[in-house]
Amino acid sequence: MLKAESQKDVLMTGWLLALAALIGTSLMVVVNWHSKPYIAENERLVLLRSLNSVISPDTYTNNILNDVLTVQDQNLLGSKEPILVYRARMDTKPVAAALTVIAPNGYNGNIYLLVGIDFSGHITGVRAVKHQETPGLGDAIESQRSPWIDSFNKKSLTNPTKARWKVKRDGGDFDQFTGATITPRAVVGAVHKALIYFKKNRKLIFTSPNVVNTNNS
Amino acid sequence: MSDVTIKNIIKQGLWSKNQALVALLGLCPLLAVSSTAINGLGLGVATLATLILTNTVVAVIRNWIRTEIRIPMFVIIIACVVTAIELLMSAHFHDLYLILGIFVPLIVTNCAIIGRAEAFASKNKVMHSALDGLMMGLGFTLVLVTLGIVREIIGYGTIFGNANLMLGEWASVLTVTIFQNYDGLLFAILPPGAFMGLAVLIALKNKIDRTQEERKKVSDGIGVSFEINKA
Repeated sequence: MLKAESQKDVLMTGWLLALAALIGTSLMVVVNWHSKPYIAENERLVLLRSLNSVISPDTYTNNILNDVLTVQDQNLLGSKEPILVYRARMDTKPVAAALTVIAPNGYNGNIYLLVGIDFSGHITGVRAVKHQETPGLGDAIESQRSPWIDSFNKKSLTNPTKARWKVKRDGGDFDQFTGATITPRAVVGAVHKALIYFKKNRKLIFTSPNVVNTNNS
Repeated sequence: MSDVTIKNIIKQGLWSKNQALVALLGLCPLLAVSSTAINGLGLGVATLATLILTNTVVAVIRNWIRTEIRIPMFVIIIACVVTAIELLMSAHFHDLYLILGIFVPLIVTNCAIIGRAEAFASKNKVMHSALDGLMMGLGFTLVLVTLGIVREIIGYGTIFGNANLMLGEWASVLTVTIFQNYDGLLFAILPPGAFMGLAVLIALKNKIDRTQEERKKVSDGIGVSFEINKA
């Protein structure tokens, strides 16, 4: 390896490093340019897959990713930031909506949920999209870990009644997990609040215009 | 400097200088991602690809690197290679990319990579350096997969669970469920379990090495006394 000896050498060394940085960065620009469309499509498919896990794809015909609304209600939706609501329609008839609500009272921070509710106010599906709950304990809210999250299907504000929209330990109908009550309690609460929000705002949810403008078909 | 031969490069990468069991480098990603066999395999392959590429590039330009800036040069090369791998993985193997999460960009911090660039690739021919990258990467991957299998059996009761996410739908045949309805030993999945698992593997390797040394001593001893008798 060469060793810098004179002042000229030191300068050359500096330029060499700058050149290397320039070449490296340029290569990254090329790789990024190539990858960008693939990554965008992959992320779109991941989102579509998770939406289809809470609203059955045979129940709607619209482009659900392009039929989006933002709403805000810190108390019922769990965040002071606006959240997204995806609308599913069969032709023009509203079928269901998927709300990206948050349970702020998880054991270890926010639990991000996707709650699918059909037009009549019944749950079509719930999924925990992102969370930091304890592995092996609270993570039973994940659908791959346990079928617990499916116990919300078909429930509504009247089934069960308000007093029973809690975990069994609090006098309600929903199971908790052995060794983890806080996590299921948070999720049950958030799903219930999503149902309440939906009932109060159903017209707004389905008639408000789309806020998303993407170029995907 | 030791003999740089093909045989030595292979032996060192897989065993005598195994980065995970001997040099103890790259432990952060190793311990975090080896909770299942497939995760370990995924990270292992990404690390292997990185090692081959960075060792090759460093060896190609080794005669033009000024020694004063060699460390920042290595860092630029490694960071670019890993960034490229991350972008290409997200573009073409997105499900695996989601599983490996933050650990793909963290390959940059794997000291084994800059370690080999400094210790080997900057001083050896391109072919040898590429082979060293391959062998070191393979050695690392073997430890990742072994640890992954052990932790997965104890922690989840399966082997190669979710294989279809990395290798395609056909791979679901690889998934073996050892214990049905197994609640799993949580310890194995969390970091302390990883430390314990790695410790056991290192201890095993040291035991094997020691046993081999003893055997060699005995056979050498017999050889010497035979020679003495002959004389």
